[in-house]
Amino acid sequence: MRIALFATCLVDGLFPEVGKATVTVLRRLGHQVVFPMEQTCCGQMHVNTGYPREALPLVRRYADTFEPYDAIVTPSGSCAGAIRHQHAQVARQFGDDALVDRVEAVAARSYELSELLVDVLGVTDVGASYPHRVTYHPTCHSLRILRVGDRPLRLLRAVDGIDLVELPQAQTCCGFGGTFALKNSETSTAMLADKMRAIQSTGAQMCAATDASCLMHIGGGMSRLDVGTETVHLAQILASTKDAR
Amino acid sequence: MTTFLGMPTASPTVHLRTGESFPDAARTGLADSQQRHNLRVATTTIREKRAGVVAELDDWEQLRAAGAAIKDATLAELPDHLERFEAAVTERGGTVHWARDGDEANAIVTRLIQATGETDVVKVKSMATEEIGLNEALATAGITATETDLAELIVQLGDDRPSHILVPAIHRNRSEIRDIFRDHMDDVDPGLTNDPEALAGAARLYLRRRFLSAKVAISGANFGVAETGTLCVLESEGNGRMCLTLPRTLITVMGIEKLVPTWRDLEVFLQLLPRSSTGERMNPYTSMWTGATEGQDFHVVLLDNGRTATLADPHGRSALRCIRCSACLNVCPVYERAGGHAYGSVYPGPIGAVLSPQLTGVKDNPSLPFASSLCGACYDVCPVAIDIPTMLVHLRAEVVAAKREEHRVPTAEAASMTAAAWTMTSRRRWTAALRSLSLGRVARRMPALPPPLSSWARSRDLPQMPRETLRDWWVREGSDVPPAAPEEDA
Ligand code: SF4
Repeated sequence: MRIALFATCLVDGLFPEVGKATVTVLRRLGHQVVFPMEQTCCGQMHVNTGYPREALPLVRRYADTFEPYDAIVTPSGSCAGAIRHQHAQVARQFGDDALVDRVEAVAARSYELSELLVDVLGVTDVGASYPHRVTYHPTCHSLRILRVGDRPLRLLRAVDGIDLVELPQAQTCCGFGGTFALKNSETSTAMLADKMRAIQSTGAQMCAATDASCLMHIGGGMSRLDVGTETVHLAQILASTKDAR
Repeated sequence: MTTFLGMPTASPTVHLRTGESFPDAARTGLADSQQRHNLRVATTTIREKRAGVVAELDDWEQLRAAGAAIKDATLAELPDHLERFEAAVTERGGTVHWARDGDEANAIVTRLIQATGETDVVKVKSMATEEIGLNEALATAGITATETDLAELIVQLGDDRPSHILVPAIHRNRSEIRDIFRDHMDDVDPGLTNDPEALAGAARLYLRRRFLSAKVAISGANFGVAETGTLCVLESEGNGRMCLTLPRTLITVMGIEKLVPTWRDLEVFLQLLPRSSTGERMNPYTSMWTGATEGQDFHVVLLDNGRTATLADPHGRSALRCIRCSACLNVCPVYERAGGHAYGSVYPGPIGAVLSPQLTGVKDNPSLPFASSLCGACYDVCPVAIDIPTMLVHLRAEVVAAKREEHRVPTAEAASMTAAAWTMTSRRRWTAALRSLSLGRVARRMPALPPPLSSWARSRDLPQMPRETLRDWWVREGSDVPPAAPEEDA
């Protein structure tokens, strides 16, 4: 299958390893991955901060860029959620009915990585090997906007050598929330502290998630505390094999 | 009446807003480790209880949808329902008063009490009277109002503000309550312990004297039934029932959105509310009254206070579905850390973050729509399915638009948002921007970063900057894959 990768602005600029890992997994499964160079950002940051007018050209751009593809994958539950639930809202708000139809059609073919693997490609075992103690944080937007359910966990459970440990209070927000982390920095930090405490209590070496943004927040906090636990994106675990090490 | 609904002239009163912004007000709550502990224990307990009783019903989602649909349908024809309600109450010997805002409502209630010649009244816990600051207004008129709900009484005696819709003293633990009782209750046992039974006993004694002497009571209402003019109050302690039955004059203050069309509709809400609020299958004390009973004088004050304006906003309207169950507060991670006082309104938590600015207008509460990480937990538990996150996002846009109108020069945030959008709408500009970022090599723990990075770096390291962006890697490495479609090379 030919799959277009929407890396997201954050992965493109800050976490290219997550994008590469996504490519690796899909290629290993025998699929062709393309990276449309016109892609930039889904516009979620603009919408969520109160700037829908600025998001409108980004919404249009996403449709323009990804319309030609039958399947689009993104290693971000949050961006996939924005594409599915905000793009049409924004287009509608500015009265662009033709755009509403287009973004809805593209959104229907846009998947978060675990959705694409489990629902579209029908695999849970992607042939990965990752001999580490890992705990999984189900990020809010993956969980509640996208409703990815246990798909990421099913993929993780099939990973060879992994020691998957349950995270207490897993469904509680880590405190990132986009510009919330800046505008309400102190409340965000208090939420992060509790999340880090929960992660540490599991004794995991790695905390995994499906969103680079939340991992940046959690990882930034843990790095500051030097607690020795690191963050890893689901795609990176799924891309790991025995040979690669 | 219809003209009134279309013309809210006065502005809502003070208990819906604060001068302080949420981030500033939150600081106090965040620093209060005792309060944070109290909140965590209380919300966790009630959250689990709620989840348990909700899981028992296999038609919960249908009930939720029914609750939302009934409320929406009622709101769509609110003027008609209000007229029917007024006619029904009047026919049964009650008197209906209309109040555009808190000041008008307070004046009406004060006048009604003064007409009885009484100076002491008892109160059933009510958010509407909290919202309009009735107790304070009565105090200036020389009338003492005693709260009879235990938690509300604790707040009142402690000269405190409520921090939760349902459990106003949720931020207090038993020892703190014992201290408040000991210091503020006349003839309390000085050896009072913090044993729950002892505390309840002290409150019972204190309140009993007031129940038996009160000639006037004030209540709110959880629901009003348009077809019969019936009012309905749900409570857990039975103290409300004492207020509703013993005094000779009963004055009910009710927001205009509290109506349901028929008796039948109540059934849905009497299932939704107790499970969502206290985690109980059925409410312990449900009182209903229709018009005036013999020997009793009954008044109902219908309060607008910003509700008509909220109704007129297609994005904000659904906030009026709220049945004040407080489930959204109990699951909110922001509420749990910052505490209820941080919201500066009698409506704290997620619903407060939308309802308060809806009622006052965003200019008066500009920081509240941002007091959320948009995690969505509130939407999931709301028994009337209010999509709070989406409403917050709409309100944020209103705040930004209002700021734009106010200032000729764009704010720093607006300027950076415009710049980001400009960069992100061109492949060339975006590629260049990402490259400069990866070459930038900002130190991960740099002490003095410019905003907004400074507020990030106060508690979090920045990520390690990669040497190469993904797109540059793709151009270098991606070429070994089968030929790309022409549009990728554009
Ligand atoms: S918004 Fe929903 S969950 Fe929150 S208090 Fe109102 S009815 Fe309850």
